[in-house]
Parts: sequence; structure tokens; C-alpha cells
Amino acid sequence: MMFQFTEEQKMIREMVREFTKKEVEPRDKWMDENGFDYELHKKLTQAGLMGIHLEEKYGGGGGDPVTSIIVIHEIAKGSASAALFLDANWLAADLILYHGTEAQKDKYLPQAAQGKIFAFGLTEASGGSDAAAIKSTVVPAADGGWVMNGGKAWITNSGVADYYIILAKTDPEAGAKGISAFIVPKDAEGLAIGKFEDKMGMRGSATCELAFNNLRLPADALLGQLGMGFKYAMQALDGARISIGAIAAGLSEHAMNIARSYANERVCFGKPIGKFQGIQFKFADMAAEIRAMELMTYDTAKMKAEGLRHTLEAAETKLFSGTRCTQICLECQQILGGNGYSKEFHVERFVRDAKLLEIGEGTNEILRMLIGGTVLAQK
Amino acid sequence: MKILVFVKQVPDTTDVKLDPKTGNLNREGVESIMNPLDANAVEAALRLKEKHGGTVTAISMGPPQAEDVLKKALAMGCDESALLSDRVFGGADTLATGYVLAKAAEKIGDYDLLIFGRHASDGETAQTGPIVAAFLGIPQITLAETLDIEDGWAVATRSTEDGSEKVRAKLPALVTVCGEINEPRYATPINIMKALKKPRMVWNHGELDADPAKCGIPGSPSVTKRLFEPEHEHVDTVLFNGDEETMAKQFVDMLEAQHLI
Repeated sequence: MMFQFTEEQKMIREMVREFTKKEVEPRDKWMDENGFDYELHKKLTQAGLMGIHLEEKYGGGGGDPVTSIIVIHEIAKGSASAALFLDANWLAADLILYHGTEAQKDKYLPQAAQGKIFAFGLTEASGGSDAAAIKSTVVPAADGGWVMNGGKAWITNSGVADYYIILAKTDPEAGAKGISAFIVPKDAEGLAIGKFEDKMGMRGSATCELAFNNLRLPADALLGQLGMGFKYAMQALDGARISIGAIAAGLSEHAMNIARSYANERVCFGKPIGKFQGIQFKFADMAAEIRAMELMTYDTAKMKAEGLRHTLEAAETKLFSGTRCTQICLECQQILGGNGYSKEFHVERFVRDAKLLEIGEGTNEILRMLIGGTVLAQK
Repeated sequence: MKILVFVKQVPDTTDVKLDPKTGNLNREGVESIMNPLDANAVEAALRLKEKHGGTVTAISMGPPQAEDVLKKALAMGCDESALLSDRVFGGADTLATGYVLAKAAEKIGDYDLLIFGRHASDGETAQTGPIVAAFLGIPQITLAETLDIEDGWAVATRSTEDGSEKVRAKLPALVTVCGEINEPRYATPINIMKALKKPRMVWNHGELDADPAKCGIPGSPSVTKRLFEPEHEHVDTVLFNGDEETMAKQFVDMLEAQHLI
């Protein structure tokens, strides 16, 4: 790839590759069967990867958005679940980085660098795509604090998170402009965490329902300005969609690597199946698409690093990468034939993992609405 | 305390194959890595530094791209690096390599401890460390499984064929370490960011005051006669069942049947 990485970024890529090979890939199947892996979380923390994007003064690694994407991309080559965990964690912690007061940054960001887990709560059970229609509310309390009621669904990292960034209506009449963001610790009184969702894939990342029953928060739980929560959330999703592009590229490569070894070894009609044109054409399309995913992902990450608006590009990256990843994993499963249908050969797990990439952080349909509308409005 | 740690760039042996016709290593598409046991040496050096203070200098002899393993050593936490790179050094056997490495140690001077991996995964001679100790005229401890510094002595546990022994050597000394000594750390992102800002020296034979006649091919008395991959015999695995006596009898019967006893 001709994308220019700095020398430090190349070294971090090497380090994460080694880490993924040794620590992440061998655990992916276990996570699929058993859920979130605290041991892996500990290793990610020890290796300094949890806070790689945070400034050194917070104990972070001093990386930029391109470096963060390198980490997610490389980890996804070993486990899509683990990469999704990091994506969701950074998405939430970054809201404090971008919008928090100095006091909030000083309090929470060093914890993020030391491995505390963050989760971002926007979606509710009654509707995911229509994000402005959330029903959870927060009203001021007599003591100057806040009282939260309602609930959330499909919150990645819920159940394992130490802190939640929750979006709720502070002015129910004001639509999207009546939504604000709040920092909620896991042990807050009135926070009920439901059981883990029994998901199709991405089972190494935890997902629960949350319920808020007169949940009391102090005055300084408000993140950023009142009524700005929806805008913050949409900006955060722009970043998260780049991460999905990175997960799709990494997961697709993981699947293709397994299919390649298989195609070169599996003999049929007297030669390895990779010698047949029908199989070769599949690899041609997969390789070209993976390269396109990588270029789109890193190009958009570079835009983010340079402070450019990247809403359209992030949506395009996620739409293309997510849809193609599912198809690539299905093709790889097909190349493995009956073995592809067996859990022993891993690719069936990738098929289940990949599907999330077409749903989470904006469904294909929502992204098409966003992209189509934007493109048609351009002159 | 001044520690020198020696690292070598080697092909990633997990996917290296010998060309069956020429016997040469087929390096095409094979990635280069830090010799795995040298990562243990770096880790041992860093742990001693963290416990007793001081500096760690990572040293490698090799072509310019060998700088990559030195960068990794810096990213793990070493303070500075020296790359010994010169066409004159090319084609060196263990003696000529040991000579150049010893010259680098002399140039740095004032060292307390030199640490090597017990052997490199490509040559597996385990000679270079001991040769450097001989050139420098300092005591050496090979195959260390533990290592510490106590009152001016290097104290180590050595693995031997039938157990282990605790030995000590007066500093300055040279130690080669086994893989069992520790689990090498990952280079953390923050240390990677700092690594490229650390001092990185590159020295040729002139700067090392090394005699070209003792370097590279002229300085190498040993020659490689032939490289070959030992043939692997594929034999079936036989499993014996039953109690110990039955299994022992089955085993002996099999050995007899094959005229092995």
C-alpha cells in the first residue's frame, strides 16, 4: 500500500502484529464460546494499547487517529471481537477527550490509559437508526445534580465497562437539540445492567441492556454543553465508522489467509484447488476489495488526524468495507467447502462476526441515506 | 552500571526453508526478526537496569537494515544503540564477528556487563558470546537461567545437562542467557514513540579501530562446506494399551520383530 506511514507508525504496526499473533488470535475462538476475555484486556493494558491514542500527559501512547486505526486493523486480523471492543472503548473515552472539561479529562483519561473500560450509550430498544428519537430523560435534581430515567440497548462493552457515556433527552421538546451526554460510573445507584445478549457473532465483545431507575448523578456528570449530545454522538460515530472499515479489512484478510492456505493445499482432480480459475477469480476480487478497504480506511483516518470533516468519507468507508467483508467471509467459507461449515476451520465464525459490520455504528441503509443525500446535494 | 546487550537480525525461522538443490537459505519473502533469545537478553538487561540503575546499549553487527532490530531494542527500553556496519564485516564467521563486537565494547569502554542470547536461531553455534569474552579477557557465564548483580559480581544459575548450578563472575563479565530466564516485554507504544529520538551510532571498521584482516571473510578461518536439511523419516505411531506389563511386552515384541534388539 502506498499510504505513507511514519516510522513510529510502522514500528507500532510491527509490535501490534506480533502481539496479535501471540496474544489475540489464539483467544478468538475461546471468546466466541465464552464471551469477553478479561485476560486479553489485561494484556492489552500491559502492552500500553488501551490508551495509545491519548496524550502522554494522561499516561497514553501519544498516537494520532491513524495510529489508533493501525492498532484496530492489526488486532482485527486476529479477532474482530477484540478490535470491536477497542473501537467502542475509544469511541466513548474520546468523547471526554474532545468535549470534557479539564477537570473531567484529568479525572477520566488517565484511567482510560490505565485500562479502565468505557462504553457509549445512544441506541435504545425502541429504535436504533432514528437516534434522535431516544426516550431516556435527564432532569435537574434539587441538589444541583441530575436524575436519569429510561434505558439503552445494544451497548457495546456494557456489562464490562467501568464508565458509560449516556445520551439522554434534557429537553424532550427540542428534538436532536434537546439531547445531552452524561458520564455514568458502573456502580451508580439506579443503574441496572441486564444479561449479556446471545449474539450471532462478535461474541467476544460484551453487549447488554441498561436500565436507569431514578439514577442520581452529580452536577459534573454533564459532558460538554447541554443540548449538544446528539452532535457529539454523530461526530463520534464518524470516527467509529473508520474503525469499522479497519475491522472489516483485518477480518477479511484473516479469512483470506486461511482460505489461501487451504486453496494451496487442498487437492482436487489432481491439483490444488487454487490452480482452478473459479477459485483464482475469487481471490482476485477479494484481494482487490481488501486493498480498497485499507486505502479508504487509512485515507479517512488521515482526514480525521488532520482535523478535516469526514462524515461522508467515513460513511462510504463503512458501507463498502462492511458489505464486502461479509461477502469475502462467505466466499472464503465456500472455498473451504464442508470444512468451511465446521467450527474447527474458523471461517464460519468470521461470517457471523462480519455481519455486525453491516449493522453496528449505522446500518447499511442509514449510511446509504446519508451518502445518497449528501452526494445528491453536491453541485 | 553500564550494560551492553548484543542483538542479531535473523530470518523468521518459522517460515524459512532450505533450497533442496543449492542448500542455501531461501530468504525470499521471509521476514527478518530479532533473534528470539536476544530478546531475552534485552529483557534481562532492562530488568537489571530497572533494579540497579544504569544504562543499556544495544549493539548489532550487520547490514544497514539490521538497524530494525536495534530500533526494536530501543523501543523495548534500551538507552542507545550502535550498528556495526561495513562491507569489510561481510561474510564473517563467529571468530571475525566476535572480534568486531569486542572492538565495539572496547570503543564504548567502561562496561560492567555484556549480555548475549545463548545462540542465534540461524547459525545456532552459541560461540559468539564466549569469543567476545575471550577477546576482552573477561570472565563469562553461559546458559544463564537467572541473573542478578550482587556486590560487583554477576550471579547466575546455569542450566547443565543434569541439573543446574549457581555461579558468579567478577564484573566486568559476559553472560549468555537461555529463553527460560524471562518473558520479553512488548515494546509499548509510548516507548516506540521515544525510541527514534534516542542516540543511534553507526560505526565502520575505521571508527572501531578494527583490523580488516581480522574482519569478514579474511578473518574467518571456518568455511561452510555444505548446507542440507536432514531427511525426516516418516514412521507410523504405534499406541500400546493395557497395564504396564502388557504394554512393556508389546513394546519389546515390536522391537524384536524389527530386529532392533
